[in-house]
Amino acid sequence: MEGGGVNGGSESGSMSTVSREENMVVSSEDSSCTDQSELELGLGLSLGGGCGFKMHHASKDAQFARILTAKDFPSLLPSAASPSSSSSSSLCRANVTAKTKRTADSMAAANGFSQLVGWPPVGYRRMNSMFNQAKAPAIEGFNSTTENHKNETSAVEKSTVGSCGNAKLKHSLFVKVNMDGIPIGRKVDLNAHESYEKLAKTLEDMFLESSPSVSQVGLRALEHGMTNKLTRTLQLLDVSSDFALTYEDKEGDWMLVGDVPWEMFLSSVKRLRIMRTSEATGLAPRLQGRNQRQKSKPN
Amino acid sequence: MESSELKRSKDSVNSCESARRSSFPDEVLERVLSLLKSHRDRSSVSLVCKDWYNAERWSRTHVFIGNCYSVSPEIVARRFPRIRSVTLKGKPRFSDFNLVPENWGADIHAWLVVFAAEYPFLEELRLKRMAISDESLEFLAVSFPNFKALSLLSCDGFSTNGLAAIATHCKNLTELDIQENGIDDIGGSWLSCFPESFTTLEVLNFANLTSDINFDALEKLVGRCKSMRVLKLNRSVSLEQLQRLLVNAPQLAELGTGLFSQELTIREYEELESALSNCKNMHTLSGLWDATGIYLPALYLACTHLTFLNLSYAALQSVELAKLLAHCPQLKRLWVLDTVEDKGLEAVGLNCPLLEELRVFPADPFDDEIVHGVTEAGFVAVSFGCPRLHYVLYFCRQMTNAAVATIVQNCPDFTHFRLCIMNPGQPDYLTNEPMDEAFGAVVRTCTKLQRLSVSGLLTDLTFEYIGRYAKNLETLSVAFAGRSDWGMQCVLGGCPKLRKLEIRDCPFGNAALLSGLEKYESMRSLWMSACNVTMNGCRLLAREMPWLNVEVMKEDGSDDSQADKVYVYRSIAGPRRDAPPSVLTL
Repeated sequence: MEGGGVNGGSESGSMSTVSREENMVVSSEDSSCTDQSELELGLGLSLGGGCGFKMHHASKDAQFARILTAKDFPSLLPSAASPSSSSSSSLCRANVTAKTKRTADSMAAANGFSQLVGWPPVGYRRMNSMFNQAKAPAIEGFNSTTENHKNETSAVEKSTVGSCGNAKLKHSLFVKVNMDGIPIGRKVDLNAHESYEKLAKTLEDMFLESSPSVSQVGLRALEHGMTNKLTRTLQLLDVSSDFALTYEDKEGDWMLVGDVPWEMFLSSVKRLRIMRTSEATGLAPRLQGRNQRQKSKPN
Repeated sequence: MESSELKRSKDSVNSCESARRSSFPDEVLERVLSLLKSHRDRSSVSLVCKDWYNAERWSRTHVFIGNCYSVSPEIVARRFPRIRSVTLKGKPRFSDFNLVPENWGADIHAWLVVFAAEYPFLEELRLKRMAISDESLEFLAVSFPNFKALSLLSCDGFSTNGLAAIATHCKNLTELDIQENGIDDIGGSWLSCFPESFTTLEVLNFANLTSDINFDALEKLVGRCKSMRVLKLNRSVSLEQLQRLLVNAPQLAELGTGLFSQELTIREYEELESALSNCKNMHTLSGLWDATGIYLPALYLACTHLTFLNLSYAALQSVELAKLLAHCPQLKRLWVLDTVEDKGLEAVGLNCPLLEELRVFPADPFDDEIVHGVTEAGFVAVSFGCPRLHYVLYFCRQMTNAAVATIVQNCPDFTHFRLCIMNPGQPDYLTNEPMDEAFGAVVRTCTKLQRLSVSGLLTDLTFEYIGRYAKNLETLSVAFAGRSDWGMQCVLGGCPKLRKLEIRDCPFGNAALLSGLEKYESMRSLWMSACNVTMNGCRLLAREMPWLNVEVMKEDGSDDSQADKVYVYRSIAGPRRDAPPSVLTL
């Protein structure tokens, strides 16, 4: 019944070492009753070499120095609270000021933090569920038809989504969508769609499905003549339809959706509006003003 | 007298093996140890002596692996021959926020192949952040005749075809729990794949899927599975359909509704209300997509014994929430969207004295122009009314140090404190000071704190506080914070129970990274992205610590010497061999 030892360790010493390692990786749990272990704590400060890292040996003996105090370095901050330790090391100061530029860049975007990747930290699957998206951002290799699109859109993603340029990453690109007559807007992830048709379909599903329940005001809007229109499909891309899908681009102009290649649209769209065609007459698609760009895929 | 007793006990430990063999049969020992459920207890037991080690490994039926790359399936199978239930976690948590390449790894298939050979009687598989293909699901479905429970949380790579395979082949299935995954929803026909003779399902959760399912098939399935206690529907199920399901399943303990909005006649409404109130065992309620004030009252009678209410997909206003909560006196866990605003949270404080967990999600997280949502006032209001609060996740756009100090004074028992001030690096909006004192108050007051997420403008002082006071801290998440390496060093030097540290966009560099050299072996993992760590620093770490896997993900266009994203974790399986080209193993 005993069987052999585990991992060939026949001595209890080596066996328990391996099993301790195994125990740590195999048996730890997330939330559990905490053991009241008694550990001596010390704040050990390991001195680095500053910007160019020059530590030749990281043996235990060489590692620790005394704890630096405010007397050793001029502090960067006028921190009043802590008497015992400095807030920064001048060894690393150059490092910090040079490298915080990168952090500062991301933080400069903080005034418009919607461009930061993965911030605020709300899971993308939760966002998809909330905004009724059918799919997460494209799954690599899963569906062969999306692979072509991925190559085409990767250049666009780099320009739209800022810092992370990993071509394999496909981020969400949520933009607001408002529909005339419905007071509460929605959000749609443009990167979860590959074409205008798919986008139009999602928007139709979104507004047709949700409009009856949006609010009392929405209900009244329905009662006052919009009901018929909403029970049909919106035909957003059809010029003869009652509704037109428009978007505001980065220059603040309102354009009709569908005139430019999908990728170009992704790189310039800021938000969407489903307009009654009666109000859309002022819009002019600026085909002439744009560069003569080949349409890389059919609409 | 004392010394001889000590000597005797020492002797008995030394002759543990022979003593055990003669007086304590292994079968009895195994039987006793099989009663141990906690993994920490089991770890301790296995270290006592060789007999106990073996008895423990033979009696263990459930294995929990917090990082699938920390160990290999072969090693697990060799040590634990009788496993029936496996829990596996894969990708780093920041993959939820698109920070990890999609082909990063954590594929379940290699595990399934080993399990099929070594654990043919496997019954349960619970996966979190793993990559699973339809082929793997099909392999699972046909390889384990006793398979009972499948739970997938935050996984990617499969479609509803995989679910069809599970439904078709798993004759003994009791649990199918598909939560918040990146699933390709091709259609709802998978649900029709459960055979007519199939009656064992107890847990069915497909709330995350979007396509229409065959309601007829669902109704029959629910009707014949008399032991069903958890049913979480997706949006495609209407109120009228919900009523029909509930009439046949009043025993449900957990219900996730479909779309909670439909034009109903008075009679239909009353039938719904009646069906809901007949669920006397219901303690958990979720779903409620698009719920508005019109139909929420149908729930009132059903909420009497509710302990968990998940409204995180229902954009309720404060008045609607207040009215609903008046009927939920037993509530212990509440998830809401910040559309309820501070007034809604005041109602929480007034109506839910037993509340232990509160999560407030942002309805519009990417819109920086928005002025609504919740503020410090709402959180403070809850803390006054709910002294038992110990778990909070709170997304807000403003906070003050004073408010947090008040909150933890009211609720000193926090075990999980996750505060997200959504604008990175934002100070106390009243005093314009950093938020250091807020988190200082948290770690000083809440001695049981296990998990902490910090935000706002933070200097190294916050981390000094954490290192000094957070003695039970296991998980720390940091973003856009700190001033220098010292901050991270304080944490690594000071938190004895730290297991997971995840950092993004902070000015911590190699000195900080390397100060944790020995610490990382006692931790599950470290994540650092957009910090100041270089490739050389990572290489040094990898060289010095052979039991650690050091992986770097580089971004296009970045400096060659920069280590853009670093993931460090302990492993007895060695460096992994399935890393994609974008992930460098050092």
